[in-house]
Amino acid sequence: MFENYSDSQVYLAIVLAPLIGSIIAGVFGTYISRAVSHTVTIAGVGISFILALFVFKYFAFDGAQTYNETVYTWLVSDGIHFEVGFMVDNLTSMMLVVVSFVSLMVHLYTIGYMHDDPGYKRFFSYISLFTFSMYMLVMSNNFLQLFFGWEAVGLVSYLLIGFYYKKESAIFANLKAFLVNRVGDFGFILGIAGILMLFNTLDYAQVFAAANSKAGATIELIPGMQWSMITVICILLFIGAMGKSAQVPLHVWLPDSMEGPTPISALIHAATMVTAGIFMVTRMSPLFELSETALSFILVIGAITALFMGFLGIIQNDIKRVVAYSTLSQLGYMTVALGASAYSAAVFHLMTHAFFKALLFLAAGSVIIGMHHVQDIRKMGGLKKYMPITYWTSLIGTLALIGFPGFSGFFSKDSIIEAVQTAHIPGASFAYYSVLLGVFVTAVYSLRLFFIVFHGEERMDNHTKEHLKESPWVVTVPLILLAIPSVIIGGMTIGSVLYGDYFHGVVFVSEAHNVLEHLKEEYHGPLTMVLHGLTSAPFMLMVAGIAVAWLLYMKNPSVPGKIKDSFQWLYTIMDNKYGFDIFNEKVIAAGTRGIGNLLSRIGDILIIDGIIVNGSAKSVAWFSGIIRHMQTGYLYHYAFAMILGLIALLVIVVY
Amino acid sequence: MFSNLPLLSLVIWTPIIGGMLVLATGSKNSIEAKVLSLLVSLATLALSIPLYTQFDNSLASMQFEELLPWISSFHINYHIGVDGISMPLILLTAFITVIVIIAAWKVITYKVAQYLAAFLILEGLMIGAFASLDAMLFYVFWEALLIPMFVIIGIWGGPNRVYATIKFFLYTFLGSVFMLISLLYLYMHAIDVNGVGTFSILDLQKLPLDLTPQILIFLSFLLAFAVKVPMWPVHTWLPDAHVEAPTGGSVILAAIMLKLGGYGFLRFSLPITPDASMTLDWLVISLSLIAIVYIGFVALIQSDMKKLIAYSSISHMGFVTLGFFLFWKITENTGSTSGAALGLEGGMIQMISHGFISGAMFLSVGVLYDRMHTRMIKDYGGVVNTMPAFATFAVFFAMANAGLPGTSGFVGEFMVIMSAFKANFWYAFLAAITLIIGAAYTLWMIKRVVFGPVANEQVEELEDMSGREFFIMLVLAIAVLAIGLYPAPILDVMHATIDNLIAQISVSKLP
Repeated sequence: MFENYSDSQVYLAIVLAPLIGSIIAGVFGTYISRAVSHTVTIAGVGISFILALFVFKYFAFDGAQTYNETVYTWLVSDGIHFEVGFMVDNLTSMMLVVVSFVSLMVHLYTIGYMHDDPGYKRFFSYISLFTFSMYMLVMSNNFLQLFFGWEAVGLVSYLLIGFYYKKESAIFANLKAFLVNRVGDFGFILGIAGILMLFNTLDYAQVFAAANSKAGATIELIPGMQWSMITVICILLFIGAMGKSAQVPLHVWLPDSMEGPTPISALIHAATMVTAGIFMVTRMSPLFELSETALSFILVIGAITALFMGFLGIIQNDIKRVVAYSTLSQLGYMTVALGASAYSAAVFHLMTHAFFKALLFLAAGSVIIGMHHVQDIRKMGGLKKYMPITYWTSLIGTLALIGFPGFSGFFSKDSIIEAVQTAHIPGASFAYYSVLLGVFVTAVYSLRLFFIVFHGEERMDNHTKEHLKESPWVVTVPLILLAIPSVIIGGMTIGSVLYGDYFHGVVFVSEAHNVLEHLKEEYHGPLTMVLHGLTSAPFMLMVAGIAVAWLLYMKNPSVPGKIKDSFQWLYTIMDNKYGFDIFNEKVIAAGTRGIGNLLSRIGDILIIDGIIVNGSAKSVAWFSGIIRHMQTGYLYHYAFAMILGLIALLVIVVY
Repeated sequence: MFSNLPLLSLVIWTPIIGGMLVLATGSKNSIEAKVLSLLVSLATLALSIPLYTQFDNSLASMQFEELLPWISSFHINYHIGVDGISMPLILLTAFITVIVIIAAWKVITYKVAQYLAAFLILEGLMIGAFASLDAMLFYVFWEALLIPMFVIIGIWGGPNRVYATIKFFLYTFLGSVFMLISLLYLYMHAIDVNGVGTFSILDLQKLPLDLTPQILIFLSFLLAFAVKVPMWPVHTWLPDAHVEAPTGGSVILAAIMLKLGGYGFLRFSLPITPDASMTLDWLVISLSLIAIVYIGFVALIQSDMKKLIAYSSISHMGFVTLGFFLFWKITENTGSTSGAALGLEGGMIQMISHGFISGAMFLSVGVLYDRMHTRMIKDYGGVVNTMPAFATFAVFFAMANAGLPGTSGFVGEFMVIMSAFKANFWYAFLAAITLIIGAAYTLWMIKRVVFGPVANEQVEELEDMSGREFFIMLVLAIAVLAIGLYPAPILDVMHATIDNLIAQISVSKLP
């Protein structure tokens, strides 16, 4: 492959194939049939997937050097070249495979899921456009293009959450998602501006090369207080990640984003886009390593997200929202890993999570198809016998999610927990207990969902029950294809990705923070790790979580209601999601409108227009009203005035 | 082959003379007037293109210069020429005028020839103002172009047009009178210094000047240009003028006329009074930041689509003036001038981008208004159901207005924020709030107007865009996308001029 074509052509082809598919399905949608629209988009993503595999082989096995080239110069100003370019290395190639694989699965799945939707072609156009944007984000070699991709995936997310544009809840959710993400982007662009000020370039390679020499730079944000410039930049950049990767308190948009069709919940709001923040921080490891303050901040935010969003998963009754809160919690795990400087562990969990979470979402979608678009788990039950493939793949996804030893999620999650345990920066112990307790919580909400949906009493109405059947092959095949890596990918790759030198030269960790180095000494292959895992604290907590879920939702289904009744206050807090939405609506949104009204009424209408503009017009009118009395039109008045003037003049001249 | 043609004069006078011809011949037959106007505007656009293709990017000096004596006793000359600042604005003017004439094709039915002629004459006057190198000539164009706009709003405007036109006229006229006094002072001062008076802008830029007169002149220029931009707090004429103006009037007002204010800062304030600009840069920066944030909040609660877009314009123009005046604060903060050009060029590209985006936004409102005869957001809802093509463009331009990367709206905002950070973190902080508030007011409007279920019977019966409307939107969308994806060609023409400007303002003019 790479012998015959120059690298840059291959990378361009990866990026452009889905874009062309998207344009054909979108712009020329009226002229082509449904079959053509899904064929071209799937072909586009398929091509990029195959090429991504070659690229991955090229880097992972052939040991290729980092590729870093400019595609074109966006603009030059002030001597600074702002460019569009690609940087491909081990991290990028791994992201490419993950993104293209999940995207391809979702494309296939969509044929079945959106079968009867009038927006079929539009949907294919959007998801291919998303794939293009995500490639641009992960392949960027500079901060500007990163921001391009960052906002472009946000745009497609906006369009897809509001895909059912007649639904009030959907168009509310997409506006909310965009604006909350913009709060993150607000920090992000300031971070980029800080980079430009400090380094006078936005090129990754140049910035990272100069990072150490600028570690001592300071900025005076408040007079008299010097702050480390790198810390300020890192926190600003991380605010961007908090928006995109839905960390508390900017997480509020993600549960609402479930208004979008299920395939995009899997692709965008679970496997790929929401992990952009994790990817970004990993990419910026040479900067983040210089600021312990920023790392502590990340650690604490991640820990809060991991634990407290997990709790909320326990009380949700919408099948997609349970998985959405699970995603929030898992993103928290990745963030914790970043804060602990275990970047490789974060990306490792990003990868395993992409597979098993996409699987869980698509399985949820399969259930939704079977249930004729009912999403309330209280109306499900006993689906095991109707949907065997969905059942078994869901089980695999669930076991991977809770970190059952041997499944892919076990390797990544256990590594994160152990890494945090070894970390020493402020907040590390809080984070450790949070992620540890999180294991229990994860097991409870995951198994609760699993038991309620697939086992127990069949609570659906008779009409639904009569039509219950397994989903068509375009739906089940992607489930099976995603189930395979959900089982094996963790054990297969942990040796090289986490404890090998896969990320050597890509991720930078300072000596003081190198937690994975300690774990490496204790690592003796995946099998030993599984055996060791069976005796560890996380395993006990997981088993306890499974047991609790079994007791509450299988054995004694009446108990949860009683618990809810006796802890009504707690339930109210959790049902209101700790009050974030209420606060945002009543205080932030209403407050903003209030300020707008105040400025408009008092500032523009009353003071500027009322007093100054129209006031001066009125005073002119008033003044001329007085002056007017002098111009009476009577000749003798004028004559009299002339005589007075003449006398006055004479007096002046004479004296 | 045409190297001896007075190209710039042709670009100025073709639309003016063409406009007179339209008045003379077309007033009886409206189709003749339309075709003739379109041809004239296209000819002007064609004539303006060599200004770009034959422009030498490496020169900071004036190009396509023409110099004829006009009123010799006062040393007033017909002196025109373009540099990297004025040339892109002239092209923008020629382009937008074609769009406006096509947009008027079916919409205007009352006194069609007069309407089109007003726009053609206005085009020539605006280009004349951008091209003038003689301050008196500039002043004549600057004042004369108020007349056609006054007529456009006054005759084809909405019910409250008289209030709006008088407010518009008095506001702008008040500003310009002070500018005239300043120009006369400078003429007299040139006699004191050089023994001979001059209105040549380039000569006035070289004239040494004490700080006190500089400050007074700066303030009078500020008044003239701030009204035009408009800057807070002299902005309240704009929403009223937009609301009453016909669609074409709004487009020209937002896309071109506001830019005359921004242009004035670059051509007059900064180079003629650099020391006063340095002393009072905090004032302009503060007013700009107030415009970005305060006006953003005000835009959010508007119930009239045109008012909302008008406020959005003011907020976006805040980036222009902010970018123009960052030079001294950057030097003070970082000890180097690096980053100043980013602000100046960012402001320039923001003006050009805003020309396309605000034009497209006003045209979008026009498309809806022509069908429903209301601009109120509450009268709409679910337009996407009946007008899917229109909805696509509306969402696209809304995203551009919200500064989405890949559209032209991002380029200027990005550059100015980058530059502002170098001057002071808090400038960048306040300016970047537009990322949130700009998205909020634009997309909230889109949510209420475009998305949702069909709101009422009128929306149910809407017809999607005609071929003519589709064409206009498409052309503008392509422009917005092209600048967003590849802004380098536009910026490249500015570098030499902007560098020269920076060199000019770095040197004190105090005698």
